[in-house]
Amino acid sequence: MAVEREEGQSPGDFEPRIVALLCNWCSYTGADLAGTSRIQYPPNIRVIRVMCSGSVDPMYILKAILEGADGVLIGGCHAGDCHYINGNYKARRRVAIARRVLDQLGLDGRRVWFRFISASEGRLFAETVREMVAQLKEIGPNPMRDRWEL
Amino acid sequence: MKRVGVFVCWCGRNIAETVDIEALCRQLGRDAPVAWVEDYKYMCSEPGQQLMKKAIAEQHLDAVVVAACSPNMHEVTFRLAAEAAGLNPYRLEIANIREQCSWVHRDRDQATAKALDIVRSMVEKVARDEELQPLRVPVTKRALVIGAGISGMQAALEIADAGHEVLLVERQTYIGGHMAQLSETFPTLDCASCILTPRTAEVARHPRIKLMVASEVIEVGGYVGNFVVRIRQNPTYVDWSTCTGCMECVEKCPRQVPSRFERGLGTRKAISVAFPQAVPYRPSIDAEACLYFTKGRCGICQKTCPVGAVDYEQKPVIHEEKVGAIVVATGYELFPKARIGEYGYGKYPDVIDGLEFERLNSASGPTSGRIQRPSDGKVPKEVVFIQCVGSRDQEKGVPYCSKICCMYTAKHAMLYKHKVPDGQAYVFYMDVRAGGKGYEEFIQRAVEEDGVLYLRGRVSRIFPEGSKLMVWGVDTISGEKVEIAADLVVLAMAMVPSPTARDLARVLKVSIDEHGFFSEAHPKLRPVESLSRGIYLTGCAQAPKDIPEAVAQAGSAASKVLALFSSDELLHPPTVVRVDPEICSGCGLCVKSCPYEARQIDPVSKVARVREVLCQGCGACAAACPNGATQHINFTKEQLMSMIDTFTGPPDGAGRER
Repeated sequence: MAVEREEGQSPGDFEPRIVALLCNWCSYTGADLAGTSRIQYPPNIRVIRVMCSGSVDPMYILKAILEGADGVLIGGCHAGDCHYINGNYKARRRVAIARRVLDQLGLDGRRVWFRFISASEGRLFAETVREMVAQLKEIGPNPMRDRWEL
Repeated sequence: MKRVGVFVCWCGRNIAETVDIEALCRQLGRDAPVAWVEDYKYMCSEPGQQLMKKAIAEQHLDAVVVAACSPNMHEVTFRLAAEAAGLNPYRLEIANIREQCSWVHRDRDQATAKALDIVRSMVEKVARDEELQPLRVPVTKRALVIGAGISGMQAALEIADAGHEVLLVERQTYIGGHMAQLSETFPTLDCASCILTPRTAEVARHPRIKLMVASEVIEVGGYVGNFVVRIRQNPTYVDWSTCTGCMECVEKCPRQVPSRFERGLGTRKAISVAFPQAVPYRPSIDAEACLYFTKGRCGICQKTCPVGAVDYEQKPVIHEEKVGAIVVATGYELFPKARIGEYGYGKYPDVIDGLEFERLNSASGPTSGRIQRPSDGKVPKEVVFIQCVGSRDQEKGVPYCSKICCMYTAKHAMLYKHKVPDGQAYVFYMDVRAGGKGYEEFIQRAVEEDGVLYLRGRVSRIFPEGSKLMVWGVDTISGEKVEIAADLVVLAMAMVPSPTARDLARVLKVSIDEHGFFSEAHPKLRPVESLSRGIYLTGCAQAPKDIPEAVAQAGSAASKVLALFSSDELLHPPTVVRVDPEICSGCGLCVKSCPYEARQIDPVSKVARVREVLCQGCGACAAACPNGATQHINFTKEQLMSMIDTFTGPPDGAGRER
């Protein structure tokens, strides 16, 4: 990821890198709507389209953080709206578990967000990215980032 | 290593303005699996597609990434073009650099860097995509329609007229739904039964419609084209195959109870037929009212019946039927009485709802169409109609507009004035919503020709005084408090989904919205499809609507069914899941995680098996699988991990060069 990163930054100065896994039916389409509506948001996010938030293996979340991403966003349909009936609830549970694992590893579970964003909520998607970037700047860079220098 | 071709679209200036196409192509050209990079002003145009096709053939590409708009826009376009050039369409992926990049960022460097990441992640994915063929499944060309109101009947007739068999299931003992209760219809004031009865008769005699009344769908298995449905036929305690409909039993029955069809304003016998034009015209016993069932004695109907059709021992019968498509037409109910306390509904007999007014006004109703108030049978001289009772009420009711109440209230007020010319009709309203052909004119006619008095405001309280009902309200236009001594109050109650909708949604595995209406696949472009293939929605099951809309939607749902039945085989997306039997431990976690019952543990081999045509490709099982035996085809863990790698790797893309 080509977001600039320099040595010796204080928390808040750095540009967080966010990996997002968005469900095809709601959140990915919501992110598309943000585009169609030309709603601007920080370019810190990289999106992977999955068919359902329920298909997100907790390993994806852990992998992203262990490889140095500062945050992971999982986006799914609203409660009761899942295209696959209940995948969003499965995602919610798996994200909760991933957060706990990260906390135990000292990597701060708050780096992982799960949000219900519908296909009509382009604005909410953009706001979510803005908020997440702001919070990650407060939390500071992922300590695993420096692994690349090893 | 695969030879991946990347085709970058400028989309005119839409992408090229924010993303440095030249730099993007230069960088991509250095990446290992990328064998060919080309850019064009409009990739989706005919020359753009030709350029891609030519390169696929000449450069021997075995995978392609098109960096352009969202896959929701042109994935199909490009996949078809790729297929025409001899590439398996599942070996083409879209990198979304417009909606999710150039349109949402202004900084050219940052947008270019992001676009590069996006394309690289799709290159990683496509390099691992398998060639796939759509799965083929046979179609049972037989439809199930649930609910035989006007919408369900219309859908059934259209499908049957086109030559396919239809199973029409209705919970009540008669067909026609709520429309059978109506007196006249807006905006033409033509008689509801005059329109409805030809339809009910047509349904009853149609050679390709199998009608099942007093029946409910209790279980649905299978998948599009091949549903297996279990239907419970509830006992009517009369063998309708021998009953001749002479109705001697009804005449002799000693037990009178309030009629549900008349909404309690009239009575019926414990053995009865709901109304004179009912189809099928056969009596049934209400076991809760019948003396034989409640007290164990009587049996008069059985003794009376000349053909011995009365059968107290009748039990529910479960039928199993195979159908290829399902139309949900479960209709509506009115907002529950109990929640309208302040208007005294249920407490004061002269406060009635719209459907009750329909029965009062109906020639076949309890008063033979004379407008009489329920308490003392007097002709009411002052009638207050209140709109939006429960509707548009975030606090106590439902937030949505029930859509038909403005129109039927105007109709009620007009019909009342036609029958009681010296009476006065008042309508309390929030807004008058009369969007529809001839609707606004109808409202104007009520006001101008029939002298209905419209008062913009709400009613705060209704209480009895003598034989009158005092209605306290406010006219917000004049700003005055209004007090009316009314003889009758009619509430235009909110429409809510049928109480059976929630259970049925669970049985069908389709989603409903927060209010209990069935959710359509897309609010604009797929208004009659549910999100489950082969299950369609019509009428008020989906949202409040009037008769013309319900009928139009029924036609639309029927045409979807007919399109499905137009071929002998259906194509099922092949991006399902696959189990590696050598790794699978048979733990069964995937079986539990599958919402479609597409997985089972094979009793012999003790490993999970996938029924591919049931699988909808959500990937929940793959995420649940503890040892990676289950993989979501073309969304494998390896693919996802490699995509994550492109996003977390060193910023300069080091290590990617060939």
